[in-house]
Amino acid sequence: MCGGCMNRKLIKQRSEYKWLVEKTGKMNVEGIIYASEPLIAEMDDKVVEQIRNVAALPGIVAASYAMPDAHWGYGFCIGGVGAFDSDKGGIISAGGVGFDIACGVRTLHTGLKISDIDSCKTDIADRLFRRIPAGVGSTGKVKLSSQRLDEVLEGGAVWAVENGFGIQDDLRFIESGGRIPGAEPSKVSKEAKKRQEEEMGTLGSGNHYLEIQKVVEIYDAKTAAAFGIELDDIKISIHCGSRGLGHQIGTDYLKQMTIAAKNAGLELPERELACAPLDSPVGRSYLGAMRSGINCALANRQILTHLVREVFAEILPQAHIRLLYDVSHNTCQQEEHTVEGKRKSVFVHRKGATRAYGPGRPDLPEEYKAIGQPVLIGGTMGTSSYILVGTEQSEGLSLSSSCHGAGRQMSRTAATKQWNGKEVAGKLQHQGILIRSASMRGLAEEAPGAYKDVSEVVEVSHCTGLATKVAKLLPIVCVKG
Amino acid sequence: MWEHFHHLADIGIRGIDNSLKGAFEYAAVALMAVICDPQSVRPDIPVEIQCDAPDMEILLADWINALIYEMDVRKMLFSKFRVQIDGSTLRAVAYGEKTDTDRHSTAVEVKAATYMELKVARNEKGLWIAQCVVDV
Repeated sequence: MCGGCMNRKLIKQRSEYKWLVEKTGKMNVEGIIYASEPLIAEMDDKVVEQIRNVAALPGIVAASYAMPDAHWGYGFCIGGVGAFDSDKGGIISAGGVGFDIACGVRTLHTGLKISDIDSCKTDIADRLFRRIPAGVGSTGKVKLSSQRLDEVLEGGAVWAVENGFGIQDDLRFIESGGRIPGAEPSKVSKEAKKRQEEEMGTLGSGNHYLEIQKVVEIYDAKTAAAFGIELDDIKISIHCGSRGLGHQIGTDYLKQMTIAAKNAGLELPERELACAPLDSPVGRSYLGAMRSGINCALANRQILTHLVREVFAEILPQAHIRLLYDVSHNTCQQEEHTVEGKRKSVFVHRKGATRAYGPGRPDLPEEYKAIGQPVLIGGTMGTSSYILVGTEQSEGLSLSSSCHGAGRQMSRTAATKQWNGKEVAGKLQHQGILIRSASMRGLAEEAPGAYKDVSEVVEVSHCTGLATKVAKLLPIVCVKG
Repeated sequence: MWEHFHHLADIGIRGIDNSLKGAFEYAAVALMAVICDPQSVRPDIPVEIQCDAPDMEILLADWINALIYEMDVRKMLFSKFRVQIDGSTLRAVAYGEKTDTDRHSTAVEVKAATYMELKVARNEKGLWIAQCVVDV
């Protein structure tokens, strides 16, 4: 509905891809949007309003950022980045992370080429669809009591590997080594834990997917070689998050923070901006619960990887499935950044934005230290995904952040009016993309035409230096909920 | 009656009725219509729900979130709702059955009720509306 709504008086163009939201009124810092002219034209005024609202929150440092795929969200815009300093009364916001805590993308190497899987593509698609629990009401095979779940929430992917879901080497290629410290399962409600009892190792629905992809273009040969990417390689990407547990943590703390803000007399322009000082009981509790949600998501993607390995072992035993990288795009993480000329530890909210560390960061695996972090950008089931790399300048540009995906351009209701799931699947099959989904209506809602062109978003990230292009991948099999 | 309203990334749910409780009941049907075809869900199994909130709008979000929670942990879908609102307390019974993906034409899970476009008020015709955007 909203293409072309941006009121140009609200922003000032500073370069081809950088737009400034001037610091006025209650804003503590300025706002910065990275976008091309066509992307700005499609953005809603609400994005600017949300950038301004975030800029007015206590303790924000640097700037209130919007990535090229930004669109109207809840409190923070989707594609919003904001860092807060606890020494300056900085806050943490449940709305600034979102309901799907640590939703993210994991990409796997297979050691296979396109020619290796051509003849068994249908068989793999069918087996993956049978093995990977996906869609409304699906349950995983790993059933956990609340007590066992606490171990997952503290251990993340490390717990998963220790319990037979994967190998030690997988952990090096996951953000924070597969386990974020500081998780406090005691701050997660019993309802959140109950929701997760049967949902470990499930994909979810909506825009979540598991894809087999082929590498169709290499843009940066040196980095591609360091990441282990060659033309015609087969890769696997998993897009999902922390499932019911993360959704419930978001729900619980949004309410708590809203009530706490009201009681403290804090006027919030939007309820979803509800937040609490990092140095407060609610702030600390949310941080411990949210980190538990991150570990839940990391364990979930690790279990799904194990299921993928089982399927490939059955029909393509020569496959060697290893991690390329695993990165989340809905988080708040404590990171070191240069703020006002000094190195500082700050809490960076990324809501629909991907961390994009440049070279030299200690968090990166040895193989990538001299190169930078892989930035994994998902497309739609009919369009390409991209692998980018973090740059040295991205820290100064956006606190080492980049875009996260395509973003919708059409509502679900409009998409179901325009397309029918069977036709969408048939058309994609004609293009060589096998779709396996539990829901035909879900397929119509997720039709590629309902999303913006991810290539434009990636191009802006590349041209501004938020993260630069390494390779392009096209789906050949897509499992959806 | 119920309806969906436009939101680009997600979807808005709205219940409209001449009573407050009726608007809450229809908002629940609107929620179900995001997830599945509510007419295909048999109202066989009752599930009791109670919520308390500091104001009517948060009470609506809590009601929708309570339904999302019950669906998730019971792997059920609902189609019929009986709501009572007494001050800041909601007591309800949701009727439904176990999820059957094929028969219920399921589309997508709902993660949560957001506070976006969250509104409980009378419209210009004097009817109660109860609405919010849900995250899918």
